[in-house]
Amino acid sequence: MEKRLLTLNVNGQDYELYINPKTLLVEAIRDHIGLTGTKRGCDTVSCGACTVMIDGMAIKSCSVLAMQAEGYQITTVEGLEVNGKLAPIQKAFIDNGSYQCGFCAPGMLMSAQALLNENKNPTEWEIREGIEGNICRCTGYNSIVRAIDGAAKGKYTEAKS
Amino acid sequence: MNKYTVINPHSKFTVLNTHVHNIDGVAKVTGRAEYTFDVKLPGMLYGKILRSPHPHAKILNIDYSRAMEIPGVYGVVTGKDTLGVKQGIWRRYKDLCDEQVLSVDKVRYIGEPIAAVAAITEEIAEKALDYIDVEYEVLPSVYEPLDAIKKEAPEIHEGVERNINVTRHIEWGEVEEAFGEAEYVREDWFKCGGQAHMCMETRAAVASYTPEGKLTVWTSTQSAYYHQALLAGVLGMREGDIRILAKYVGGGFGGKFELDGAQFCSAVLSKKLFRPVKIVFTREEDFIATKRRTPMFYYVRTGVKKDGTLCAREAKVFTNGGAYTGMGATALYLTGFFHSFPYRWKGYRYDGYRVYTNTLPSTSMRGFGAPQAMFCSEQQIEWIAADLGLDPIEMRRKNSHHEGYEVPGQATIASCGIDQCYDEIRKWIDSKGKLPANRAIGISACGFMSGGIFNWFDTPYSFSSAVVTINQDGTVELHVGAQEIGQGSNTTMAIICAEALGVKVGDIKVHSGDTDHCPADLGAWGSRQTLMTGNAVKMAAEDAKKQLLEFAYAQSGLNIVYDLDIKNGWVHAIARPERGEDFVQLVRKALRGKDGQRIVGRGYYTPHRKGMISPAYSYMLQGVEVEVDEETGKIKLCDSMTAHDCGQPINHLGLIGQLEGAFSMAAGYGYLEYMPFEDGKLMNPNLVDYKMIRATEMPPANIAEIDTYEPEGPYGAKEAGEGLTNPTAAAIGNALFHLFGIQMKECPIRPEMILNALKEKKEKEQEKKGKK
Repeated sequence: MEKRLLTLNVNGQDYELYINPKTLLVEAIRDHIGLTGTKRGCDTVSCGACTVMIDGMAIKSCSVLAMQAEGYQITTVEGLEVNGKLAPIQKAFIDNGSYQCGFCAPGMLMSAQALLNENKNPTEWEIREGIEGNICRCTGYNSIVRAIDGAAKGKYTEAKS
Repeated sequence: MNKYTVINPHSKFTVLNTHVHNIDGVAKVTGRAEYTFDVKLPGMLYGKILRSPHPHAKILNIDYSRAMEIPGVYGVVTGKDTLGVKQGIWRRYKDLCDEQVLSVDKVRYIGEPIAAVAAITEEIAEKALDYIDVEYEVLPSVYEPLDAIKKEAPEIHEGVERNINVTRHIEWGEVEEAFGEAEYVREDWFKCGGQAHMCMETRAAVASYTPEGKLTVWTSTQSAYYHQALLAGVLGMREGDIRILAKYVGGGFGGKFELDGAQFCSAVLSKKLFRPVKIVFTREEDFIATKRRTPMFYYVRTGVKKDGTLCAREAKVFTNGGAYTGMGATALYLTGFFHSFPYRWKGYRYDGYRVYTNTLPSTSMRGFGAPQAMFCSEQQIEWIAADLGLDPIEMRRKNSHHEGYEVPGQATIASCGIDQCYDEIRKWIDSKGKLPANRAIGISACGFMSGGIFNWFDTPYSFSSAVVTINQDGTVELHVGAQEIGQGSNTTMAIICAEALGVKVGDIKVHSGDTDHCPADLGAWGSRQTLMTGNAVKMAAEDAKKQLLEFAYAQSGLNIVYDLDIKNGWVHAIARPERGEDFVQLVRKALRGKDGQRIVGRGYYTPHRKGMISPAYSYMLQGVEVEVDEETGKIKLCDSMTAHDCGQPINHLGLIGQLEGAFSMAAGYGYLEYMPFEDGKLMNPNLVDYKMIRATEMPPANIAEIDTYEPEGPYGAKEAGEGLTNPTAAAIGNALFHLFGIQMKECPIRPEMILNALKEKKEKEQEKKGKK
């Protein structure tokens, strides 16, 4: 198949790529742009390790083609921190021990942030539903739920930490 | 959403016993942590493995000439490119070293590696697999242990009679005499399923062999040292010429300390091609061609007195070993031992048979044979209590281990908090009051080891070692061979080092996961690191501290009866803490006094005279509130409480994480994670069909931590995080027993099993009515 030129905006930066049109967004991000924070844990859109935000919404980046993401703002885990300062959700994950091996954390953080973008005061059940698409084999999820709850309640905003 | 309470808390520590954030946290929440999955080297090739489609076949011929013609393909290796070494992790026992990883002449399960290709892209390597032509002679297969032990069953390994791979016998007391004292005897058969480790990072390795004869392997491992030694064995190299790197590992759970196809095939390819080769398993490969929790058939006969005193138990177990031994030999022993836990038996006899079949090999997985043992034992105990009309908590309590108890010929229990666990679970049950009609609570007790004392690996090294080096500015380099796989061992070791040395966690840099720079250590399995590496770290830090304090004593001029100490970076006389000096100043003086040589402390640990199994045992009791939809048979976990004794907690944040995580995996084993095989083929090797606990299925995980003191552990600490994989399946089963009066003898407990049991129960009741 003929390669195509496209521009992806990831974490505020435009990247010009010349790639096979079948390339998945996760492959473009990891293999072509070289941002390896985003992980991949399955081939069936089931585990959520590759979750990124597209215009603020959580999307499994193995479920879309890179070409489909052209023209949108893509955020990966590397885009959460600003000038060396961690985002509240990242601080919340550290404070609650919401990761162990850490392999699901990049995707989990994206689902968590996307949930908070959409719903400022989620209930516990809404938090659980918000991360249902992300598998974590280590933590048993409750520490992640506590972190998202704490972040939603403003416990980790700049002034308080 | 969760309650965490510490019973009998101590607070004599500065760093230990607090909430410490994981020291790898920033790397892990920012995407900086580099896993093997992320490694990319200049000139790196990508490897793919051709796998057997047959459960049992002879390989007659492999022709890969067509594959080599594909542009971008660099090379193909088969068993003929290897030394053909039959390897295994039980290195002391040659007959248990039975796996070549890349098969030479025969395959024994679907998915077994036959050849591996390296190409400039993964896509090309995958395509090339279709151009490798293999001629097989398909052989008859057998899939279940009870079939495989029959005389007429096909022979899977040459000369292994009736396919019996390993047998284990454990016995103490006069068993028949003890049964003779029993007033009530019950016997049951159980069937326990397998379980996939399902690490988020699939098996992965990047191997780079260079012309000077050195091999470097980045890999997702639970023990860098094991893989260094195992690779040396199969490649005919010296251990010292192999470097294993594993800084960040995406989960292990018992599945990543044997040699796997990614490690071996990438190394063989790299050695042939002198280029780095990366192999990452797909999720499907990770399901079908690694190993799994050992499926077991359990026969249990238990004799008790009418007052609930346990007299004797006899257990016979047949495990589905699959095609190779792996860690299955250890699982076979441990299941038999922990099946006796946490109770005192006057007579106990266990006979375990591990049987080869033509299926995915089975091995260790978090809990190491004990989840199966407890599923059977703890349900049968509950049924016996009901049969005799006894309170199940009190019946358990009166028979439980206690401090100072000796499991005859096996173990001495130096610390045991289970008695208080019963109190805490009772309180929790009472606090719940009357439950809705579709809910019930089930409980289950167990105990677990804190590292194994066995040396089947035949290491000449101490089981754990640590080196503490103090820099001139007071920062500390801690080198350990303990493997960080997400359980937080780097943080645990930093805490122990900081506590012993009297500095802050932030002053300590932990170096692990690199065999070139870290001392050998058996790694992360069997809940060994906190106790064993922890002891080594404590010893190394105390050694360094002693050297520092020699200088402090010399300059203090204090009477010899006074002791000095360091806490929070302050060197002081214990009797006069306000008088002292800064740690950094002391370090500089000591450096001068040593003619500029850095202070280096060394520590090591190997268990001696600690029985047959482990230096220490954790204890726990769990209660789970279960809801069942009678129409669909679907289970929902509503609430839970675990009372738990891990000795002295090192880090409460880490401990909570370990307990919640173990519980979620245990719950999955209890009712979701099912591995059905048909003709040797796993039917659900993907995350759509293999169900596991997700955030919406996870109930609150309340914890009451019973703070005890284990004399063999560092600061009194012992196992946490593996043991809690053991009780849950039985607790769920017991809840179903109390809800409906049904007895679940197979796990995972699936909806159709519940519906069938309810139907059967109804039919029996109607039959009874009809007779009346």
